[in-house]
Amino acid sequence: MASNASSTPTPNGTLNSAIPEGPLPGKWTQYKAKAKLINPANKRKYSVIVVGSGLAGGAAAATLSELGYQVKCFCYQDSPRRAHSIAAQGGINGAKNYQNDGDSVWRLFYDTIKGGDFRAREANVHRLAEISLQIIDQCVAQGVPFAREYGGALANRSFGGAQVSRTFYARGQTGQQLLIGCYQALEKEIAKGGVKMHTRTEMLDLVVVDGHAKGIVVRDLTTGEITSHAADAVILATGGYGNVFFLSTNAMGCNVTAALRANKRGAYMANPCFTQIHPTCIPVSGDYQSKLTLMSESLRNDGRIWVPKSKEDAAKIRSGTMMAKDIPEEGRDFFLERKYPSFGNLAPRDISSRSAKEVCDEGRGVAKTGLGVFLDFSDAINRLGKEAIKARYGNLFQMYEKIAGEDPYETPMKIYPAVHYTMGGLWVDYNLMSNIAGLHVLGEANFSDHGANRLGASALMQGLADGYFVIPTTLPNYLASQKPGTVTTSAPEFKQIEAEVKERIDQLMNVKGTKTVDSFHRELGMLVWDKCGMARSEAGLKEALAKIPQIREDFWKNVRIPGSPDGTNMELEKAWRVADFIDFAEIMCHDALAREESCGGHFREEYQFTAEDEAVKSGYTNPGEAMRRDDEFAYVSAWEFKGPGVPPVLHKEPLVYEAVELSVRSYK
Amino acid sequence: MNLTLKVWRQSGPNATGRIETYEAKEIPSEASFLEMLDIVNTGIIKEGGDPIHFDHDCREGICGSCSLAINGVPHSKESGITTCQVHMRKFREGETIWIEPFRARAFPVIKDLMVDRSAFDRIIAAGGYIDVRTGSAPEANSIPIGKEDADEAFDAATCIGCGACVAACKNASAMLFVGAKAAHLNILPQGHPEKDKRVLALVRQMDAEGFGNCTNHYECEAVCPKEISADVISKLNRDYAAAIVREAVAE
Amino acid sequence: MIKKPQMNALGKTLLLFWNSSIGKKLVVAITGLMLVGFLLGHMTGNLLIFQGREDLNDYAEFLHHMLHGWGIWIARLGILGAFFLHIVATVSLVQQNRASRDSRYACDTTVQAPVSSRIMIWTGLTVIAFVVFHIFHFTVRLDPDLAAMKDPGNPERHDVYGMVIAGFQNPLVVIFYILAISFLCSHLSHGIGSIFQTLGLRTEKTRVAIRNLSVAISVLLWVGFLSIPILVVTGGLKDKTDSASHSSERPGPSALAEN
Repeated sequence: MASNASSTPTPNGTLNSAIPEGPLPGKWTQYKAKAKLINPANKRKYSVIVVGSGLAGGAAAATLSELGYQVKCFCYQDSPRRAHSIAAQGGINGAKNYQNDGDSVWRLFYDTIKGGDFRAREANVHRLAEISLQIIDQCVAQGVPFAREYGGALANRSFGGAQVSRTFYARGQTGQQLLIGCYQALEKEIAKGGVKMHTRTEMLDLVVVDGHAKGIVVRDLTTGEITSHAADAVILATGGYGNVFFLSTNAMGCNVTAALRANKRGAYMANPCFTQIHPTCIPVSGDYQSKLTLMSESLRNDGRIWVPKSKEDAAKIRSGTMMAKDIPEEGRDFFLERKYPSFGNLAPRDISSRSAKEVCDEGRGVAKTGLGVFLDFSDAINRLGKEAIKARYGNLFQMYEKIAGEDPYETPMKIYPAVHYTMGGLWVDYNLMSNIAGLHVLGEANFSDHGANRLGASALMQGLADGYFVIPTTLPNYLASQKPGTVTTSAPEFKQIEAEVKERIDQLMNVKGTKTVDSFHRELGMLVWDKCGMARSEAGLKEALAKIPQIREDFWKNVRIPGSPDGTNMELEKAWRVADFIDFAEIMCHDALAREESCGGHFREEYQFTAEDEAVKSGYTNPGEAMRRDDEFAYVSAWEFKGPGVPPVLHKEPLVYEAVELSVRSYK
Repeated sequence: MNLTLKVWRQSGPNATGRIETYEAKEIPSEASFLEMLDIVNTGIIKEGGDPIHFDHDCREGICGSCSLAINGVPHSKESGITTCQVHMRKFREGETIWIEPFRARAFPVIKDLMVDRSAFDRIIAAGGYIDVRTGSAPEANSIPIGKEDADEAFDAATCIGCGACVAACKNASAMLFVGAKAAHLNILPQGHPEKDKRVLALVRQMDAEGFGNCTNHYECEAVCPKEISADVISKLNRDYAAAIVREAVAE
Repeated sequence: MIKKPQMNALGKTLLLFWNSSIGKKLVVAITGLMLVGFLLGHMTGNLLIFQGREDLNDYAEFLHHMLHGWGIWIARLGILGAFFLHIVATVSLVQQNRASRDSRYACDTTVQAPVSSRIMIWTGLTVIAFVVFHIFHFTVRLDPDLAAMKDPGNPERHDVYGMVIAGFQNPLVVIFYILAISFLCSHLSHGIGSIFQTLGLRTEKTRVAIRNLSVAISVLLWVGFLSIPILVVTGGLKDKTDSASHSSERPGPSALAEN
């Protein structure tokens, strides 16, 4: 077997990442040259289940159908067009070098690896950078209306973490436009009969037969019916788990159920502690709040971030007895400008977020809840004029005013960090196959490409790369070893898991307690936000790990789900998801506890630079900055489920860097 | 703030619906409209009732899930936003608010305020795409597109498929939705080869789904959260007329 | 052998066209355009009344003798055909529309649609009733007194001038005319703009011009048509040779289509 062939399933052994041999830039080419193929006449005999219809799932379902496979696609939304990929604002990276500013596949690869704080797999990231070129071509051909120059050529803009302009964008709605392109391709295949689409249908469990993923059990969210679906391979493209924090920029329905169920059936959960917190969101205004709204990061180009120097002033602002404009310049602490004089308000996402948290923890926050900092445009308005600011940010200001009810031209915006992307996910090899044979995981649901921190405009790129180009090439590697249609839903495994699912629904319905599902979700979210959010510590994580089982116990004793499971029941849907979030939170905290270093989205308070460190003395970095520990932690942590209430077991995939040299990030 | 809600309750697709009255008490004026419903639902659940069901997901105005006719107007009378972006500070203390599902024969009610908008998916499946196989695309910059065309196509492409246009139309017409999709794809050079086929297929599927036709009242553009202009309907009419003439001549 | 399937294909296309919502709308728009053209011509002809008896009666005579008398019948059939198609297509569309919106909002409101657009079917039905009345009034001339009027200067021909003035002596008739023409113009103020929209001529650049044009034509027709009955009933327009010059023995020539 060639080294690029499918990884050997090793449910209890070491992890084989199945990275092709040879020098890094040639790995994907070599892989394609040697990958197994399936005869066009035989493709139609194979069936594939795709769960999720966002950029990764939708692209995979459409493309596999074009190739001739029989595809069944599932989404919980009422239409595949509503998947949360739609909410991405900024753009999509592509190493086209249209700007002639020195971009290349190599540079995109390097920026992504470095931005990920050296915790991503080189081979996957290089492949992603290579494919970025084809993605742009494909999307343009589908009719995605990317921004253009007057001459008709595609326009680019620059984005955080890069010194070149390589981001293609469609106003502030790039995710929407890409998803619609993908959705239209999917609908085209649905009409041709290649894809059978199941909307308002949620995957509740994975069915593994003889070590191979062969199907799923789903609930029809309209009728409540539980059914099984069998296929020759299963693809999960179910997005991230940001909603474990209750409040995030994710859509209300985003959940971890599919990934967690796969984990419970043997798939490893990789790097779950890597979560990205976005610095510029509208702060929480009260405990009724259901979701957080992202304000584009571009605002930091002209806005200055500050809080009052004194706690007393901050308290007066919170109580409404004082306004921002009443505080003189010398009473204001522009903390990012103070701490990072060269990057100032444009410091990276994780650093800006943490700094905001610090000043609020000191009691100098300005939002009603104490959790918020000012993003002030008054200097920019004085310097450039209101019209110039309006031209740049008019729509964002309008959006802010609609939500916050304050005019940002008159009073500074208030912002606070919020969870918005999760780098961790199910462990996959180079084929995007998990350690369960036949179970493939795409997009945000897998862990593979962003390491400990994702760069802006890379999520869309990864979703589409996985769906349009990677899985159609790598899936045959698995399918070629399988005789099509051998497992059907009449297999005893399906009956058993269907019965388990029904029993769990009965259990949930029969708790008949007094507390709402949301109240548990909020309690869990606040706990993990506090202990496993922007800053984590051993003590805090241990406390969380002690409290999560209590929340679980309380949930299964006291949750109240009205109505009946036969038919539409949104409380039941939420309850199932929250029960899984509770279990997932435990894995996340275990991972955060085990990773005794700070990197990317994972900041352990114990591991930060102090005044005594050489790097600080030499002026390279500041005290308080994240300290990575490459000697001990340059690995992917992959967690194996060991049973309810039993701590998961850690497996390690060492990260070997052949092409890049590990370095400490500095933004001073 | 305290409000009175008149809400459409319907236990299932075949059940008879009715308006029921709820008191929404102590609603923070900073809350969004859907958060207000969340609060009311929490109260209903605690009292042992079945919460009011409604569609929602992203809660930031882009996924198109949320619907609701608020005081008879889809996405409320505030222009350019979706229901999830409506905030309670826009309402008066003590106000009575009518909350109903989007009404159209082609959008049957599933439960309470949730409706089935899959007719839109079937319209797109009929022809709302550019048929390009993954991998067969030419170099992205090989077809220049003038900024004006690109912008016009974009304006049409911003449709979120929420169905407010249908819900606001006295005829439950889907012409704004269909016109937006046809305009998006027909304006771009990539979409030209299939232009006629696309327009005919879209309109025939729209009719088959039981949507009404356009009587040019322009209520659709008034409620469209993305403020898509009814000019796309004019363009659809023109493209349809040209397509049917060419179809007749070709046969 | 080759021709037959071609015919079938064309027939099929026509059927698809008629059965499609936009197809029927195009029929409504094109027939509407014809009817607006007719109204403008009709009004212009009517206004000759202000030039005096001779000009108006000359014009009527000309219409009756175009193309050796065929012209007026071609015009009448064309207009009636357009009128008929306009009604049939509209009624069919309204039925379809009512079926599409099978339930109403308990709280029913309108955001921006003007009243004229919302009462199109009612104004349209009123216009049908008016057209029937109007044809019997001035074209078929059920009233024997009106039918028998002769041009004093040329007793060979019908006196359209005198008939109009005599016909508007009854204030009830005038009120009905005012009401009906007002409804017609309301119908047109929405209808003319709709023609452009349905024919696909409304764009961002033409939008305002089309709205202004619809209003302008509607106002013009309202003023043009109603100036006559109003001036007659208020005494601004008089038949100076009233009663003396009319001889009623001889039957008139064929009915005047334009009136």
